[in-house]
Amino acid sequence: MSLISCDGISKIYKMGEVEIKALNNISLEISKSQFVSFIGPSGSGKTTMLNLFGVLDKPTLGTLKVIDTDISKLNYVERAKFRGEHLGFIFQNFNLIPVLTVYENVEYPLVMVKSLPQKERREKVLSLLDAVGMLDQKDKLINQISGGQKQRAAIARALTTDPKIVLADEPTANLDHVSAYKVMSLMKKLSKEVGTTFIFSTHDPKIVKEVDITYTLEDGILIKREVRSN
Amino acid sequence: MKNIIKIAFRNLYRQKRRSFLTIGIVAFGVLAVLLFSATAGSFKNFMISEITDSMLGHIQIHSKGYVGSLDNLPLDKALQAKQIKQMEKILDEIPEIESYSYRILLGGMLSNYLESTSAKFSAIIPAKETQVVPLLEDRLMEGTFLKKGEILLPELITKGFDSKIGDDIVLVATNADGSVNGQNFKIAGIMESVMGPTGKYGYIHFDDAQTLLRMNELQVSEVAIRLKDFGDVKKVYNILSQKLGEIKNPKGNDVFEIHTWESLSPFYNIAQMIDMMALFIQIILIGIVLVSIMNVMIMAVYERTKEIGSISAMGTPPSKIRWMFIFEGFFLGIFGSVIGLVVSLVAIFIVNISHLTVAFGRNSIILLQPEVSISQIGLTALIVIIVSIIAVMEPAFKASKLEPIEALRQN
Repeated sequence: MSLISCDGISKIYKMGEVEIKALNNISLEISKSQFVSFIGPSGSGKTTMLNLFGVLDKPTLGTLKVIDTDISKLNYVERAKFRGEHLGFIFQNFNLIPVLTVYENVEYPLVMVKSLPQKERREKVLSLLDAVGMLDQKDKLINQISGGQKQRAAIARALTTDPKIVLADEPTANLDHVSAYKVMSLMKKLSKEVGTTFIFSTHDPKIVKEVDITYTLEDGILIKREVRSN
Repeated sequence: MKNIIKIAFRNLYRQKRRSFLTIGIVAFGVLAVLLFSATAGSFKNFMISEITDSMLGHIQIHSKGYVGSLDNLPLDKALQAKQIKQMEKILDEIPEIESYSYRILLGGMLSNYLESTSAKFSAIIPAKETQVVPLLEDRLMEGTFLKKGEILLPELITKGFDSKIGDDIVLVATNADGSVNGQNFKIAGIMESVMGPTGKYGYIHFDDAQTLLRMNELQVSEVAIRLKDFGDVKKVYNILSQKLGEIKNPKGNDVFEIHTWESLSPFYNIAQMIDMMALFIQIILIGIVLVSIMNVMIMAVYERTKEIGSISAMGTPPSKIRWMFIFEGFFLGIFGSVIGLVVSLVAIFIVNISHLTVAFGRNSIILLQPEVSISQIGLTALIVIIVSIIAVMEPAFKASKLEPIEALRQN
């Protein structure tokens, strides 16, 4: 069963009189528990693709279904609710809340989006922090931990609501190679353990060795699909 | 909501200096408002007390049309014995009235045998008068208070006549029937002049005035009333207007006219101006709070756009994002209010224990005794908090409506 289904989607931006096709007639399907990457140079449409999958944007043409929901039909508030219920996000700059501790950042979606009781929240957050190896850092503020640790905390935060899909836009771009590799391995491991589909974008072909499927984009066109058998 | 409040509170620490500066500005505004209101209120209360307790009383009753011709002091418009009896019955039944006294106001010619001048006098029953206007005796600059056969002269006339305590003086006045009569008086004291309709009058005894004016029965130009509680002025005025309004002359017209101190004293306008100035200061406070908090919150939304984008992407409902900013503005307002209130109360306390005085006019020394009521504190705090919330609304709504995709793009 596919979690994401694109049927001839295009995304066109208007810059004054000029139309820019960020994505051009893309059709693909992504299934449960897959570890998927989108690669391509800057401006190839990777981020636009992830924004559409993340229900942050709508396609100009074509049909995009995320978890059997046509996202074009959702309004602003419904899209926010949908994201909170089904999706997790990891950002290039981590985007953790600086005034909260690591624990509170990971807990944040459970409080603000899902409103889970405190006891359940605590168990969930601690188990995720343990899974990403950040349990001993839980009481630190964000500016007291390293970049790699921040991204691990961000991964834990993305998984707290048990999302079906986690989207990561250039998650390793701000990390050194060792940290980037560790983050990728962690994401791959969690993908298999918790059965969550991870979709991420990168322009670094070296870190996509472990992915199940790699889509290559160029000038908004899907030019290659590679499936790696494990 | 608890977590929204927690995040909003911690957000104040992001830009500590800016937050403290904003809180300081709000606190300064609150301090300015409360200190001004308390000090101006002290001055206003002093002046009202000076006027009502040394001259006017709280409420006055006259014969209909008397106040309109007050400059002439018409004796033919005095209240007559029958009317006074009717009025007394009503006054005695009103529990809010502490005391009342009768006055005969008259104009006359004053002579020290060398020169003469015109002057106006209030004839009073000293024991009753001092119950109604207890500060009257304090206006005595020299000499002793009034007895029969004595006169209290206004200071300017005393200076003009070069008179001394104990000197004899003649007062000549025209009676209601037009005949003229004169009477000898001994100068008992010199009265300080004060601002107001009868502030430059001299004083003689009520019985002497009846003799001088050849009044065969009780006649009264003015009835001054003192209330147990100054705050009941409007209430008693309404009762008197209703009850005395029922008494009509044979032509069916009103017999009495009733005035509160406000309508008799020009100081009431000054008091209103003081209130108006306090209002302007409050408006300035509103401006300070509005601009400073709005400015800070607009900056906060701008600086945190990417963060707002990420929490919005995670599915945080717009209403929660909105509340986060509203609480942040609320905290700035409430902390500013509390600090401002504490500093104001300390400042008011210091002024009170310092016994600061301010010279007003030639002789009046006003002891500054600023005080601030709970309602004034509550109102000021409420204004600041409401304005803080209003100020944060625009940035809060802007934050909650940010498109996450646009917000995440911000560098």
